[in-house]
Amino acid sequence: MAERSFAREVQKLKLGDGEIFEGEGILAITKALLECGVGYVGGYQGAPISHLMDVLADAEEILGDLGVRFEANASEAAAAAMLAASVHYPIRGAVTFKGAVGVNVASDALANLSSAGVTGGALIIVGEDYGEGSSIMQERTHPFAMKSQFWLMDPRPSLPTIVDAVEHGFELSEASGTPVMMMVRIRTCHVTGTFKTRGNRRPPLTVRDALANPRREYSRVVLPPMTYVQEQDKIRNRWPAAEKYIFENRINEFFGPDDSNIGIVLQGGMYNGVVRALQRLGLADITGESKVPLYVLNVTYPLLKDEWIEFAARKKSVLVVEEGQPEFIEQALGSLLYKNGCDTALPGKEFFPMAGEYTGQVMLDAVAGFIRANAPELLPDRQRAPNREDELPEVPDLSKTVPIRPPGFCTGCPERPIFAALKMVEQELGSHQIAGDIGCHLFAALPPFEIGGTTMGYGLGPASNGAFDGGGEKRSIAIIGDGGFWHNGLSSSIGNAVFNKSDSVILVVDNFYSAATGGQDILSSRAGNSTKSTKHPIAEAVKGVGVEWVREIDRTYDVGRMRDILREALTTDYSGPKVVVASSECMLNKERREKPKREAAIKGGHRVVKPRFGVDEEICTGDHACIRLSGCPSLSLKKLDDPLRDDPVASIDRFCVGCGNCGEVADAAILCPSFYRTDMVCNPSRFELFLSKARRLIIRGLQDYRARGRLDFGTA
Amino acid sequence: MDAIVEHTGFASNEPEAEKIIKLAVMALGGQGGGVLAGWIEKCARSQGYAVQTTSVAGVAQRTGATFYYLEMAPNEGKEPVFALMPSAGDVDIVIAAELMEAGRAVLRGFVTPDRTTLIASTHRALAVSEKIAPGDGRADSSEVMASLEIASRRLIADDMEAKAAEAGTVISASLFGALAGSSALPFAREAFESAVKDSGRRAEASLIAFESGFQAAAEPVAISARVEEFKHAELPDPKGKDSLLAKWRELELKLSEIPAPARDMAYRGLRKVVEFQDLRYGREYLDKIALAARSDREEFGFELTREAAKHVANAMAYDDVIRVADLKTRRSRFVRIRGEAGAKDEDILRVTEFMHPRAEEICGMLPAKLGRFVEQNPRLMRIIDRLFNRSRRLRSDTFLAFIRLYVIGGMKWYRRSTLRHAVESDHLENWLTAALIYAKSDYRLGVESLRARRLIKGYSDTHSRGQSKFDKIMNGIERVSSREDAARWARLLREAALKDSEGTELDGMLSTISTFASVAEFSEADSAAKE
Repeated sequence: MAERSFAREVQKLKLGDGEIFEGEGILAITKALLECGVGYVGGYQGAPISHLMDVLADAEEILGDLGVRFEANASEAAAAAMLAASVHYPIRGAVTFKGAVGVNVASDALANLSSAGVTGGALIIVGEDYGEGSSIMQERTHPFAMKSQFWLMDPRPSLPTIVDAVEHGFELSEASGTPVMMMVRIRTCHVTGTFKTRGNRRPPLTVRDALANPRREYSRVVLPPMTYVQEQDKIRNRWPAAEKYIFENRINEFFGPDDSNIGIVLQGGMYNGVVRALQRLGLADITGESKVPLYVLNVTYPLLKDEWIEFAARKKSVLVVEEGQPEFIEQALGSLLYKNGCDTALPGKEFFPMAGEYTGQVMLDAVAGFIRANAPELLPDRQRAPNREDELPEVPDLSKTVPIRPPGFCTGCPERPIFAALKMVEQELGSHQIAGDIGCHLFAALPPFEIGGTTMGYGLGPASNGAFDGGGEKRSIAIIGDGGFWHNGLSSSIGNAVFNKSDSVILVVDNFYSAATGGQDILSSRAGNSTKSTKHPIAEAVKGVGVEWVREIDRTYDVGRMRDILREALTTDYSGPKVVVASSECMLNKERREKPKREAAIKGGHRVVKPRFGVDEEICTGDHACIRLSGCPSLSLKKLDDPLRDDPVASIDRFCVGCGNCGEVADAAILCPSFYRTDMVCNPSRFELFLSKARRLIIRGLQDYRARGRLDFGTA
Repeated sequence: MDAIVEHTGFASNEPEAEKIIKLAVMALGGQGGGVLAGWIEKCARSQGYAVQTTSVAGVAQRTGATFYYLEMAPNEGKEPVFALMPSAGDVDIVIAAELMEAGRAVLRGFVTPDRTTLIASTHRALAVSEKIAPGDGRADSSEVMASLEIASRRLIADDMEAKAAEAGTVISASLFGALAGSSALPFAREAFESAVKDSGRRAEASLIAFESGFQAAAEPVAISARVEEFKHAELPDPKGKDSLLAKWRELELKLSEIPAPARDMAYRGLRKVVEFQDLRYGREYLDKIALAARSDREEFGFELTREAAKHVANAMAYDDVIRVADLKTRRSRFVRIRGEAGAKDEDILRVTEFMHPRAEEICGMLPAKLGRFVEQNPRLMRIIDRLFNRSRRLRSDTFLAFIRLYVIGGMKWYRRSTLRHAVESDHLENWLTAALIYAKSDYRLGVESLRARRLIKGYSDTHSRGQSKFDKIMNGIERVSSREDAARWARLLREAALKDSEGTELDGMLSTISTFASVAEFSEADSAAKE
């Protein structure tokens, strides 16, 4: 079960002709797929398109009714490979994953697919994870399209244009026999809006039909000599066919007057930002009616030579708005101008930063700069020479005061005790070479744990320690999550370690889900899933590929045991790969499922025990050692109303879920006796009530007896 | 490149862009920022507005800073073109679900004096970097509060988290109420409320929080009154048997001999040590403070006495097993814990304590002579360690566990004979004597030497680490004591020691000191030779 449920929203996917859809971008994309008669869908989760996978999973019933196959692929490579169904069969297929890392993983399949070419429309929806909120290295997906020659769409970020782009994507793919990638940026995935729907279409040929009537065409096999033929076909036939389709269907758009001597050419995804800058400068109205000609590239690869030359030829200067680097589009457009003998100036990165997101301020500064330099007469007077409004007070600089707040482990996260244990082992045995992987566990690299220094890709953590496989005075440690393990890790990391007789330690963090991407099920998930096969233990898989030294811990909160196992792995005489599988359920998912159940049970009169932690303020001395082994959002500080105490003491907030980490760490690391756990017993049995009353009576008696001989200062 | 690009700064927008209302929500993962954005969108749509929401939800649940952005304009046929992200200087309403997030909004330029209504919750959710320092690493709230006032056109600031907690819900509801109450959006209260009602689950609690948020915005209290001013609560008079109270009064009388500026601190210290041990111990405390007062000088405002009153009390009320057991078994604690858990009188509340005594603690409980003997015998220590050093989880709500703690907590009569007491008393004596000697020649250095005691805290390993840092500082102080700026160095040493647990910064500073200390020695020797 994913972190966010779309069970209610997916009902919108059933809307028919002429109805109004209202909702998020990802849902609109799904609806558009169904309107286009898609035959199969799949993908791999990852921000910003995780929710697209969640929507598809929650819509599985609706998809099934239409004869559409949904596959939760094992990786982006598997997803891209699935598009092979569109190579020989006229079936539309769509897969989704994140860029640029997901595209990296998928690129083997994408290159083969592009060479073979397709019969049915093949659409790849890529969530471009770039700029604020991104979780990966800052790169572009764009060059993948260039190298493999598939087409790249970057539609304007509004629901109606995205929905149109899906349909155009399929048609363009079919018209040119080439897969098409549609790029959506982080905010576009979650943008809300409305569009007019059409009824869903059953695929004309379903995948089941295709299975009954297999086809093959020798010319589509990616093997020499056909590969040479395919390369020629790309250039001679598929490319011109694509240009023709894009041109005839006016997929790229023009806005503004025809007669201006300046213009702006932009990626579709940049449209709203450019219009906002123009609105602020008085050059566009609220609906986007512009005084500056705009050439909006809803397809950013290939570029249409004629369309471009016609737009640019008679202009003095055209600004290129292309986010990220290198500036592939700007170079290509410049080359086209030069080769066609045009002397139009083509500024782009002169006004914009080469690297980094085009934020509102960047856009305003660049567009204003361009207009001021080339057509100042367009600007209203006060924009031509802006004065700073000096009467406004100077806002104090808070950059040294406001602390950074990177994401971290949630309250009650089962991974926290694993890293507390690892930190304690390192305090004992010294620091180690530690490699990380992709996933929630990577938050351990941040304070307070500061564990792990590299991430080389999903499922590649242990593989990235390959050079250290020979061992030495100390052993290398690699951490890998269950998501990474099944994505790629079993073969590339575990198999690699076994084959190379690696003397290393591999720590598999098993939280029952692909948690960082939103809690999607994977092979080793413990929950039943009616459409997927789960409950395949990681330890069995590891043994299956030949690991002999395997330790499992099924309650990561047992910090002492976790530490002992890690110590054993680092010090044992055994010289082959040592795998520790640490399992406990992701607290976010667990609480989401259990909390409503618990509340219902309490209401229904059933016996329920509610745990929580607390700190004795008088006993806590304010050294914060517990926090340095935790970092839990619920474990915070409190300044006491006591001038004798300089330092704030530990304090636990109302969102504590009673996971146990505080007590276990205080105990295992021998920190202090300030922590206590309370268990509230709701709806207890009669015997329990009696026992509790008797205990309290005796205890109260003893307390009163002692109090009589002392002064009471009212300390709590 | 930069030469061409001018920052437009606060240059006003042209009128067209002003037709759009721009609203940003800055929150932390798990605070319900998404729900809040959803409510606002729903409310605006119901009022005939075209609305667009965008978010950066990649790590929405994972406690980092999250961001939601809405734009809206009256629906007049053709759809407006909305931006997907806010621009600095171009946001009308900012809602910040935590004080530092409000500060971050200012920092990012989303709050500007010409246009922005800022609705901020004044509560703090501390960032990891603020919590891990061994001292007080918290960011300065008052500085941020002052900036919010300057940076915004209008500021609505209140503890919205407390209001939500009172209603048993999350902060999104009280913030939504404050948005409605602020009248920053051109919609009636009912429009806001029906958005909440439609959301179904937990709507009732949300509406209660909505109401208190609404009130907070509609009837704003002067901001200055909201800034958390640190005023100490009045302490209740001690209660107890008349004979004890009579003796206590005697001590109180003795207190009047302490210089007035230090008297409140000494009073608090006195309560602490008497509570820790007994009235006789309180008298000993006052004697020590009187000693400091005798070396003190009025022109410094009796700072020496005040610092002595504070740190001597902390040193005398050291954290031994008896104190912990005593505090854990008190009636008042049981009442407090039940209150925190929201347990009613008939509810059952189980309490588990996490104890882990080591051989050192056991040894500290032995009579001083025996304890010293055992401590110096590694074999005996190993045996004790094997016998006692293990995790002990005690259900202090059950009779058997309670009685164990109760008996230990009642061993005050024996405390003065323990090894721990001997060690602590010696340590206190040495430190206080040294500080008072420094004070004679360099008043400020004396004060700083007293303050170094702040480093000794925690239990077991943490305690030893604090102790070793303290020793290092006292050594450092000795090295610089002849310098004119010795007090400054002593302060810097303490601040460095409180910054990181490993003492890396402290060691760095000590090596700095050792370089110029040796230079000083050298030049002294040099000048002596010349003479």
